[in-house]
Amino acid sequence: MFIKYIFLLIVTFSFHANAAIKIDSWFTDKGSKVFFVQNNDLPIVDVEVSFMAGSAYDKDESAGRASLTNHMMLLGSGNLKQEEIINQFSEIGAEISSGFDEDKSSFSLRTLSEKKEEAFKLFQTVLHRPNFDGEVLNREKKRYLSSIKQSDTLPDSIGNKAFMKAIYGEHSYAIPSSGTLDSIETITKNTLIRFYESAYSAKSAVIVIVGDLSKKEAFDFANQTSNDLPSNGQLRSIEKVKLTPSQTIKIEHPSSQAHLHYGYPIMKRGDEDFFPLYVGNYILGGGGFVSRLTEEVREKKGYVYSVYSYFMPMQEKGPFQIGLQTKKEQIDEAFKLVRKVVKDFIDNGPTESELAAAKSNMIGGFPLRLDSNKKIMNYISMMAFYNYPLDYLDTFSDKVNSVTTEQIKDAFQRRVILEEFTTVIVGAS
Amino acid sequence: MLFKKIFIFLLLFPTFAIAQVHQTILENGMKVIVKEDHRSPVVISQVWYRAGSIDEVNGKTGVAHVLEHMMFKGTKTIKPGEFSEIIAAAGGRENAFTGADYTCYFQRIEKSNLPLVIKMEADRMQNLVILEEEFNKEIQVVMEERRWRTDDKPNAQVNELMQSLAFVSHPYGRPVVGWMNDLENMTYEDALEWYNDWYSPSNAVLVVAGDVMPEDVFALAKEYFGPIPAKKIKNRKPQIEAEQAGVRRAEVKAPSQLSYIQMAYKVPALDRDLSKNSSDVYALEVMAGVLSNTSAARLNQSLVNEQSLAIGAGAGYTMITRGGLSLFEFYATPSEGVSTNIVEEAIKKEIKKIAEHGVTQDELNRIKTSVIANEVYEKDSVFYQAMLIGQLETMGYPYTLMDQYIENIKKVTSDQIQEVAKKYFLDDRLTVVSLNPQPLDPNKKPQGRPHVH
Repeated sequence: MFIKYIFLLIVTFSFHANAAIKIDSWFTDKGSKVFFVQNNDLPIVDVEVSFMAGSAYDKDESAGRASLTNHMMLLGSGNLKQEEIINQFSEIGAEISSGFDEDKSSFSLRTLSEKKEEAFKLFQTVLHRPNFDGEVLNREKKRYLSSIKQSDTLPDSIGNKAFMKAIYGEHSYAIPSSGTLDSIETITKNTLIRFYESAYSAKSAVIVIVGDLSKKEAFDFANQTSNDLPSNGQLRSIEKVKLTPSQTIKIEHPSSQAHLHYGYPIMKRGDEDFFPLYVGNYILGGGGFVSRLTEEVREKKGYVYSVYSYFMPMQEKGPFQIGLQTKKEQIDEAFKLVRKVVKDFIDNGPTESELAAAKSNMIGGFPLRLDSNKKIMNYISMMAFYNYPLDYLDTFSDKVNSVTTEQIKDAFQRRVILEEFTTVIVGAS
Repeated sequence: MLFKKIFIFLLLFPTFAIAQVHQTILENGMKVIVKEDHRSPVVISQVWYRAGSIDEVNGKTGVAHVLEHMMFKGTKTIKPGEFSEIIAAAGGRENAFTGADYTCYFQRIEKSNLPLVIKMEADRMQNLVILEEEFNKEIQVVMEERRWRTDDKPNAQVNELMQSLAFVSHPYGRPVVGWMNDLENMTYEDALEWYNDWYSPSNAVLVVAGDVMPEDVFALAKEYFGPIPAKKIKNRKPQIEAEQAGVRRAEVKAPSQLSYIQMAYKVPALDRDLSKNSSDVYALEVMAGVLSNTSAARLNQSLVNEQSLAIGAGAGYTMITRGGLSLFEFYATPSEGVSTNIVEEAIKKEIKKIAEHGVTQDELNRIKTSVIANEVYEKDSVFYQAMLIGQLETMGYPYTLMDQYIENIKKVTSDQIQEVAKKYFLDDRLTVVSLNPQPLDPNKKPQGRPHVH
């Protein structure tokens, strides 16, 4: 299917303030944080358990360790092989999946409420008893190595890796999450067991439950989940981001398009400038087809299929990034135009009517963000993991509404410094 | 990749209660279908046109998709880009997509804005303005889209070639996005011709799902779409695919580290006369599930986990199409040092196992259980429910087909699967395309294929 526009759906920037969503929150006996939303409309239960165990907890020499741990968790538990676990989930119609990024390793379960007890038990087996089987690990390491080599041939992956390395330098956000050819070789079963025991502790776990079950059932599930997690873990932290010098990196590639990555680390979770930067970015390059970048670079010039900007707040400063792909011959013109649009936005800020349209979209579109259990789960899980206040959703619309054009201009001028931008172009002509 | 996505839809095919779906047909022939879901104050609107790449002609491939882009470029009363601005300001999300069989325009919006959406969709169904200047910019955007989707992605190139090799006379052989040369030579008049030929209420279906009452939607549809005169839609030629005799093979050379293989067997899609081939089609559907519905299914378990021949492998089958034909596809990324031939043989061995021994009761039970559970899970997505109705209706099947799906899946036996495995998986129905990976730096010596036989 060919979709006219690409939406960059970044959970980070999706909020909803529907007072009808009531979040219960507590800590288990072992110290795991729990968020619970009861919803009996459909006979479904969704669960997500997240750990502070993303790739930012790797070191250069152990790159790929966190990702492989996450990956291997679904490939064998106790004396059950991968296919036995997956088939047992299938037999009750339940689904398990995993997620992984720089900050977080997460596991999700979806089950019919009538099968929840069996599903919970299986899910807990996966979380509590990964066996990190040596033979399976050897096979998966080979797959990782092949994938690394393959991604080193793809312009987007090449650009992304180079961009993260350039803007994060020695910081662990620069470490490629799937590891390197050298680091993967050194990872053993013991590496994974040690990482699991230290990073997958009850204190590191955030448990989110949405759907058709009682609070008592949620309470018991959370306690059981938390009780048998490793008990000797220590909470780790991610070091603060130090800015690297601005760089321009051009990488040759035989592709027909050049790929631009342009930006640097700006915003972390809970940032005090979040609202003006977030609303401002909607106008600059976040708002799908009505942003300035789309208007100037795609609609007026026809240079690209997609151009976008986003802030990706993370545990520590995440990147602000602008991206596009265009045929090689016109990358210079397209990039020049991007810089002009960004500079103009920083210098002059948005117009009143642009701001009014942005607010109207964000506030008017509020109910869309909460119209399924899956979406509620995603947003609540993000709030729980990053320690957002419980009333965050309820106050969101008011906070968007109170942003002024002056605040946006001021926040961009203080925080988005053009001289700090790093440029990576893959497929430079 | 088109087929793979649709495959996923189909395995998850829900049979939500028919009682909640209501339909009417306007006097000009436009069908309106409403699916109620009152969980959130949100509504999905989708306008489906029975016009996709299979209705295109040689020299103008891609025009269905290009017109889809032009539908955002203004009408007699709305300026280019203004459609999107109005939807955004109303808090809505919108987009459109074009497939081989259809083109669909959709919005997700807070329910009080439904009249606005219906009014604007009715406007662009009849009052589109295609300016040459706007077209000339937008066609550049579409060419960038093609470069990004296909030209720079080796696996997408393999898929494109496989489709066009498998279908020689049928239009399913042409890429939805169009051949580059056709895009380069397309004019605004081609787009206009397409619009005039196919954009008629009599060739469209409106699907509305969400927190609405059917009578309110019918009234809105009557008010805004009702007055649009129906155009006479051209006769569609049958376009039967010429008989294949012998296996078809090709390769694509492209910069890549790993190779890749796609295999496709020609198989039937569900006949519009549902009694005709339904048992074969549902058996193929379950066979696809047994091979590839989870990471523990046969292909991944055998090729990836046990034999380490591939780092990824899967299969897919599309049981409903407007063109009446379908493919049962396999795809795999061989492990380093393993040739595509070895992987092809391994895949054929899995097919042969099924042809000789059928499938186990446990496998059948797991497929059936997951289909039943998915029926419930898919109720969580209103958009998905609307999408299914729209796909079925534009392909010429009744949406009530959804209600028979689970029952038909439940009926499938191991014997039936064995039978279809013998009947359709023959070399005379097979097309194979492999990727021959090349170094990124063309000055380096080409690697050649590993383990050439």
